[in-house]
Amino acid sequence: MMLPTYAEILEWLPELLRGLRLSLEVTLLSLVLGIPLGFVLALGVISKQKALSSISLFIVEIGRGAPALVVLQFVYFGLPNIGLTLTSFLTAVVALAFNTGAYTSEMIRASLQAIDQGQREAAEAIGLSSVDEMRFVLLPQSLRIALPALLGFSILTFQGTSLCFTIALPELVSKAYDIGANTFRYFPALICAGALYAIISIPAALLVSHVERRAGVYAQR
Amino acid sequence: MNIGDFEHFLSGIVWTCVLTLGSFSIGALLGVPLLVARLSGNFLIRILAQVFIQFVRAIPPIVWLFTIYFGIGASLLHIPPLMAALTGLGLIATANLAEIYRGALNALHSGQWEACQALNLSRWDTVKDVIGPQVLRVTVPSAASYLIGLLKDSAIASTIGATELTFQAKQLAQLSFNGLIVFPVAGLCYIALSLPIAWLSRKTDAHLRKRVAR
Repeated sequence: MMLPTYAEILEWLPELLRGLRLSLEVTLLSLVLGIPLGFVLALGVISKQKALSSISLFIVEIGRGAPALVVLQFVYFGLPNIGLTLTSFLTAVVALAFNTGAYTSEMIRASLQAIDQGQREAAEAIGLSSVDEMRFVLLPQSLRIALPALLGFSILTFQGTSLCFTIALPELVSKAYDIGANTFRYFPALICAGALYAIISIPAALLVSHVERRAGVYAQR
Repeated sequence: MNIGDFEHFLSGIVWTCVLTLGSFSIGALLGVPLLVARLSGNFLIRILAQVFIQFVRAIPPIVWLFTIYFGIGASLLHIPPLMAALTGLGLIATANLAEIYRGALNALHSGQWEACQALNLSRWDTVKDVIGPQVLRVTVPSAASYLIGLLKDSAIASTIGATELTFQAKQLAQLSFNGLIVFPVAGLCYIALSLPIAWLSRKTDAHLRKRVAR
């Protein structure tokens, strides 16, 4: 009896879907906050001001070098020591957004640097201010280059929300674990959770590789 | 932090290294047959390998570890946390390294295979003397960055009670009520551990670039 029965699936599904919804909410918020943070960090790293560039690089290296789990626990168990107590939902969003920002900043920086130098020169030649140059010339082109990598990272962020089990956020893994603890049917419950992750991740991964191929075709033209 | 805390950290670091290197070795070995299956001429074997790789990568590591430790451990046979973590991370590394090998293989020009055929080299000699060394050279940098990723993923083993670095940090934070210091120190330990990997990867890459023709 290792597999969940049909009756069990029907009984567990509402709880698991509530957990999945929370996982997706955390994913979305982390990306919405994290990618702009990544953009700012990327601008910081390529800045000509030495101090700004070093500080940005330091933040990026910390964010990429330390495990997300450790960052999550630092925010949840460490920051209350200086009077900063966040709910588990806010902790999840803050920690994963920081993680997203650090990782995506490298993708965005690479894409900004991949743009032909002539584009900058042309923008300067027609007298665009540096803000307009970024907004109308560089950003649209860099986003097109970075898109496959950013989408691929979004799937990893979705999977990363599973770490929030450790800060008692009732997301998908926590729900499956609770069902397991109550019924002692850990294996079937976790299989259901795994299936829900796969149902979202696999089509998303196929979509990303499709976008990658399309972007590749564009790059070759 | 005092001397006792330092010892806890040190034993955590040792177990983190054991977990990371252990699961990486499992993946590096088992990734080869998986790659062969993934490229097999037999349609069924190829599809099965592809589905296996997709599934392993689609499900978060924590779910794999829980499934092995709580799922199998609670109903069939008890598995110690470290073994469960090693099995789970090894499984994930197998799928990911098979994909890394495949990427390196695809990066080779098909003319390399054709030239070997023209020289009437046996299939084994082709792989051993021509394709293998070139694949190795392309693999080293991406395998090294995967190893660094695996080092950070090994922190997940703390959730099933494997006594590695993050587990020790959490214990220490609970005892001393000072997560504000303990967690950043743990984070810096991970960064410090990843530095020699990156250094060694660059060294090996430079060495292989000299030795292996492009």
